[in-house]
Amino acid sequence: MDGVEDDDDLLRGPTQELELGSDDDEEEEEEELPVKLKSKKSKQADRPLKIIPTASDASSEESDDDNEDGRVTMKNIEARSRALDAKAAREAELDIEEMQQAALAGEESGDDFADADMDEEGEGGEGSEEFVLPTAEQREEEKTRGGPDVHTVQRRMRECVRVLGNFKRLAAKGRPRAEYIQQLISDIASYYGYNDFLAEKLFQLFPVAEAIEFFEANEVPRPVTIRTNTLRARRRDLAQALINRGVNLEPIGKWTNVGLQVFESSVPIGATPEYLAGHYMLQAASSFLPVIALGPQPGERVLDMASAPGGKTTHMAALMQNTGVVFANDANKARVKSLTANVHRLGCKNVVVCSYDGREFPKVIGGFDRVLLDAPCSGTGVISKDASVKTNKSERDFTLLSHLQKQLILCAIDSVTPDSKTGGYLVYSTCSVTVDENEAVVDYALRKRPNVKLVETGLEFGRPGYTSYRGKTFSDKLNLTRRFYPHVHNMDGFYVAKFKVEKRAKVKSDKEETAAGAGGADADVEMNEPTFPFNEDEDRPYIEENERRRMKAKSRKAPPQTKPVPVAAGGDPAAPS
Amino acid sequence: MRPLTEEESKTVFTKLANYIGKNLVHLIDRQDEPHCFRLQKDRVFYVSESSMRLAISVARPNLVSLGTCFGKFTKSGKFKLHITALDYLAQYAKYKVWIKPNGEMPFLYGNHVLKAHLGRITEDTPEHQGVVVYSMNDTPLGFGVTARSTVDTRKLDPTAIIVFHQADVGEYLRDEETLF
Repeated sequence: MDGVEDDDDLLRGPTQELELGSDDDEEEEEEELPVKLKSKKSKQADRPLKIIPTASDASSEESDDDNEDGRVTMKNIEARSRALDAKAAREAELDIEEMQQAALAGEESGDDFADADMDEEGEGGEGSEEFVLPTAEQREEEKTRGGPDVHTVQRRMRECVRVLGNFKRLAAKGRPRAEYIQQLISDIASYYGYNDFLAEKLFQLFPVAEAIEFFEANEVPRPVTIRTNTLRARRRDLAQALINRGVNLEPIGKWTNVGLQVFESSVPIGATPEYLAGHYMLQAASSFLPVIALGPQPGERVLDMASAPGGKTTHMAALMQNTGVVFANDANKARVKSLTANVHRLGCKNVVVCSYDGREFPKVIGGFDRVLLDAPCSGTGVISKDASVKTNKSERDFTLLSHLQKQLILCAIDSVTPDSKTGGYLVYSTCSVTVDENEAVVDYALRKRPNVKLVETGLEFGRPGYTSYRGKTFSDKLNLTRRFYPHVHNMDGFYVAKFKVEKRAKVKSDKEETAAGAGGADADVEMNEPTFPFNEDEDRPYIEENERRRMKAKSRKAPPQTKPVPVAAGGDPAAPS
Repeated sequence: MRPLTEEESKTVFTKLANYIGKNLVHLIDRQDEPHCFRLQKDRVFYVSESSMRLAISVARPNLVSLGTCFGKFTKSGKFKLHITALDYLAQYAKYKVWIKPNGEMPFLYGNHVLKAHLGRITEDTPEHQGVVVYSMNDTPLGFGVTARSTVDTRKLDPTAIIVFHQADVGEYLRDEETLF
């Protein structure tokens, strides 16, 4: 209840807040300043009403104001709203003056009541309707007292967002932007219960107002969605069967023809006879995306590198109509059980389930037409599902995860065969929104493996990936990747990138070219120096020695050492044989 | 992963024949693609040969499943059919039992099929015969063994057991840990 309404409030824009701020408290402020304690109490008493102005509150207040000019009608409504806008604008101007005054007043009162408790002063400064950004000391103090109450934090966040939205006009003099941001981040952390590190990391991804939307969206659960198993049922039949059981549902959207969104259900949706018979799979809408992007074709050899609990694997098997073969891998033995159960329940007969560390993969078996890497990630896109992420992720986790992801993506690329007639594609996806798990990893793969390139994902919605982020510049092609956000698309935060793997031979010629280019650059420097041709006979001992070492490394029986080789390689010619 | 021995094949086929009878031939000689039975850590898998050849690359400790799991050998050498084999059993079943909607949930919780819940039954089903259990809209739900022949069921009272429960799709939820 609370959460939903705040969300609206934060977005409703400044006009309403200003109105609330100004008309009833101005006089009070000036009159009651000397009697600080009392004013504070009265405000505390009526705070909830003001801090959380619900839509109904606001409208009732307005109608109170407007009572003298009669009822609202269709005719005069436009004129009225225009008048209200004008009023709001006037008040906005007033507000700036007030804020400065309030700042002054705060200082004065501090002087006047030097003996008064410091806490109260800070509290009074915030409690008054003019927003004053607390200083660093005040925040310290607040922390030692165990943090401010929710309403204060909420209000302060709203103000910060407003100020940051139009910093030039609204900011108090002498307070840098960074201070506002710092305050806002720490408030977000305390209000939504994130650790400071994660709050900052996520905050930086978006513009200020959108960031708040994102945090709000993480508090609301995403809709329950199911995927029809086309191996066992058709969507229409399934929908009918479920409706008969008292489930209220409808298709997710135009972009998928197998998804259904469940609004409410009188039976547990994960235990109906249809579920047990494998007619559908409980699966988040975002999990459809990587499989749609990958688009496996019948008869192909496909690998799912981190597959448990099998939603995407079974989707792929269904798209391939139980032909070809799907290798479903997961490193976690316990999760492999539920993966196997799902594979069997949904009747996928072309799946081989194995349990390797994904990094071993091209060694186990390679030559895949398509590979899906839904990498293990921090889960910052699914906070609404698993709130423990808010507190248990630190900087170290992110470093470790992105390192693992980089290793995995290279293994995934190497597992794809460029010779595939129909495929040669890799899809990389995570359920995380941070840049260092997504764009940074993809960019790394592009740099490390010159034989891959990014291609269109084939998803018609989603935001393009970042091509540069906080001083890091990625490849321009990264705008072909897609990001999905809870507050925009109403699905889990998600990231999808699709690669096409090409033959390596072409790359070699590229390298030669660059080498030649470099050689050309160096050529004029080395022009005068004498050339050193290879001399097979002189080099023989070195060649033999290396051959011997190579054999040894391969643990084959090495030929005996013929003669000691001088340690200083490249010294004078060893022995004229 | 290895092919079944002569004796193991015999045990498995006898068990399967109890449900699908002579249709067993269709499992072994398939028109579309050659399939085979493979044993991996006392589980028996039924898999297409092309999949099996690729799965050879996976080491024994890491291979969890391939194709369809039919069941497992117990320590005493008996063969136990698992619910995962239901797809093929339902496809080739000789004797079938349909249960009414109000009997679906009790059966899916692992109970025997009572006469009150019986919707339809194949004519002349003998006693102690393996049967596949369907819901009234022909969704396979599990399998079991008849307690009485079709003729005898007529004169039973409504609470009498008709089919002894052996496996049902509810096991995907209940026994996920032990099934694989």
